[in-house]
Amino acid sequence: MAENQFIVSSSPHLRSEVSTPVIMRDVIIALLPPSFAGIYLFGFRALAVMIVGTLAAVITEAVIERATHRPVTIGDYSAAVAGLLLALVLPPDIPLWIVAVGSIVAIGVGKQVFGGLGHNPFNPALIGRAVLLASWPVAMTTWRWPVASAPWMGKGFDILTSATPLAALKLSGIKTPYGPLFWGTVAGSIGETSAIAVLIGAAYLLIRGHITWRIPGYYILTVAVLSLLFGQDPVFHVLAGGLLFGAFFMATDYVSTPVTPKGQAIFGIGCGVLTVLIRLYGGYPEGVCYSILIMDATTALLDRFTRPRKLGEVRRSA
Amino acid sequence: MRLKTFRGGAHVPHFKELTATKPIRDARLPAKVVVALHQHTGAPCEALVKVGDHVKVGQKIGDSKAALTAPVHAPVSGKVVDIAPYPQSGGREVVSIVIESDGLQEVADTVRPKGELDGLSQGDLREIIREAGIVGLGGAAFPTYFKLTPPPGKSFDTLIINGSECEPYLTADQRLMMERPEDAIFGTRVLMKAAGVSRAFIGIEENKPEAIEAMQKAAERHSGIEIVPLAAKYPQGAEKQLIKAIVNREVPCGGLPVDVGVIVNNVGTAVAVGEAISTGMPLVERVVTVTGSPVKEPSNLKVKIGTLVSDLVEECEGFASEPAKVIIGGPMMGVAQFTMDIPVTKGTSGVLFLTIDEVSLEEPLPCVRCGKCVENCPMHLLPLFISQYADAGRFDEAAEYGAMDCIECGSCSFICPSRRHLVQSIRLAKAEIAARRRKK
Ligand code: SF4
Ligand code: SF4
Repeated sequence: MAENQFIVSSSPHLRSEVSTPVIMRDVIIALLPPSFAGIYLFGFRALAVMIVGTLAAVITEAVIERATHRPVTIGDYSAAVAGLLLALVLPPDIPLWIVAVGSIVAIGVGKQVFGGLGHNPFNPALIGRAVLLASWPVAMTTWRWPVASAPWMGKGFDILTSATPLAALKLSGIKTPYGPLFWGTVAGSIGETSAIAVLIGAAYLLIRGHITWRIPGYYILTVAVLSLLFGQDPVFHVLAGGLLFGAFFMATDYVSTPVTPKGQAIFGIGCGVLTVLIRLYGGYPEGVCYSILIMDATTALLDRFTRPRKLGEVRRSA
Repeated sequence: MRLKTFRGGAHVPHFKELTATKPIRDARLPAKVVVALHQHTGAPCEALVKVGDHVKVGQKIGDSKAALTAPVHAPVSGKVVDIAPYPQSGGREVVSIVIESDGLQEVADTVRPKGELDGLSQGDLREIIREAGIVGLGGAAFPTYFKLTPPPGKSFDTLIINGSECEPYLTADQRLMMERPEDAIFGTRVLMKAAGVSRAFIGIEENKPEAIEAMQKAAERHSGIEIVPLAAKYPQGAEKQLIKAIVNREVPCGGLPVDVGVIVNNVGTAVAVGEAISTGMPLVERVVTVTGSPVKEPSNLKVKIGTLVSDLVEECEGFASEPAKVIIGGPMMGVAQFTMDIPVTKGTSGVLFLTIDEVSLEEPLPCVRCGKCVENCPMHLLPLFISQYADAGRFDEAAEYGAMDCIECGSCSFICPSRRHLVQSIRLAKAEIAARRRKK
């Protein structure tokens, strides 16, 4: 046996089976329940949005990397995740070319200008959504009633027509009951309306250990507590709009959120405060997207100033 | 019952089934042994014998006048055939005494039982332990008598015996506790007396129930010794994590266990200490787990110090498949070797072979800031930032982020989904920071 052929490398000699592409693939799996809910509720138009969003993101990543002579990294699935995430927070009837523009912006401006995977300070999908909302406000807020409805939705619901539950509350003071919010039979973004579908996907990520409860937990709890303090129905505010989807799938984006436990708690609380303030006092009925983007901007600071106490470290009291 | 443990750490696969049920057996007497004169922390020994001398088992063949050192003894009887530098673990060359065995195993007359424990003073015990060349057998190979002597103004109140064996694959300590619990307890009592403490805890991971049971039975009749089942989590056996788990004290950053009144010894060390009293035999052999999927008959072997790794392979009936990596120690902290022509030393707890399929050759991806290294660091550091600063040559910042507190356990690199070489770059930073501090 050739003895000089042993591989010599630094310890540890054992690596966990979970690699970054595996995690990204798991995020896509976790997005399947909201995706299927979206198709069930809004029909194949929703599927078209998802396909265009995902493909445009993957193609944009490949083209930019090719053009700048860097290795093409679409195999790590992170571009596909960003594209699908964007599609799921768009209205079902949005023109498909706008979807494509959103994905191009998400990957091009949200991710690649900063150097690609691991370097984006903001959540790329939310950058895409924010740009679309600013550029095509009408298309971005034209909602549709789900094609599928549930038997418990009897009389009195026709007045909701095509306003989202948050808009209905803000503009007409109508509060959608919990049932439709839970199952998702309300107007809204493709992947956001069904609370149960979002929770199933989130449970998968939690069980696989890819996300922790910290950011979504503090986020949702803060929204519940604050809305109660403002005399609102906390359950409604948790179930309505994009909160659950945003808390579990957007505010848990690795790259743009803090890594320290304390930083994550502050991040979640900050998102919650901003979301409630925008919902109650802002110009938009919903504030999840902007809240998370604003908090993303604080991530570097939070990481710097919330360093955990080392084992055995004695902190001088201030 | 809630198991005691620490915060952080990784759930690593155990791979212990290869050898966990294999009783410890004596390896064949090797034809020759290569006894390094420096196999411990501290000053190297000087040879006390010359080429051509005849030596007996247990005869002291190397020692030093330095305060921190550990003498070495002849593991076999026979003739000294060479005293020269030989390669050791990690490719280092160390002056070693090569003895050709005569197969008789004649015992030196200095090897005599030291009498009843009650009749020996604390000073006697420390001296016996020093003369027996005993060092930490968990891998660190720190001289035990030195550890037992607290610096002025400090003292111990607790002895912790480390039986957690948290490194995957290794089962030497587990087998020792199952097969020789009485000896382990006797050694514990010796160490208690030598350290001047009246209570001892023996920490064992809960995935070794037979070891826990055997040790509990053996400890029953002795007051002050308690067996503590611990969560099976890596690195449960690291000193600071063990102390935190068992007595809930934190060793201050940059400090030693003695700063919180604790002394930690490995269970194998305890057995060796007991032997030095009961039979008077110095540390000339140890239990080594020889394992890994390429090995035909993975085993727990009682091996003479100085036996070559290649001899151990033969003892395990050779290879069933081609090994691609040879590791001295466990897979988390062990050192990969260039060759199998290196000897077992006092600190060799295992020899692990891996096939090419088991060796991770993945290229690192950019850090995705998943925070898994942070969740898993048992020292509560931020490995991603330390390694980033280290890679950028910004060592002051790396130090500020606690590089020097890293215990190099490897949990961060193990868990990193982007396969980043975190410990590796932190280790470089530590060396650089230490060098700069020395210069000042
Ligand atoms: S585990 Fe790896 S990818 Fe995750 S934060 Fe740490 S270094 Fe970055
Ligand atoms: S930084 Fe050091 S102590 Fe922390 S997990 Fe990595 S190797 Fe272990």
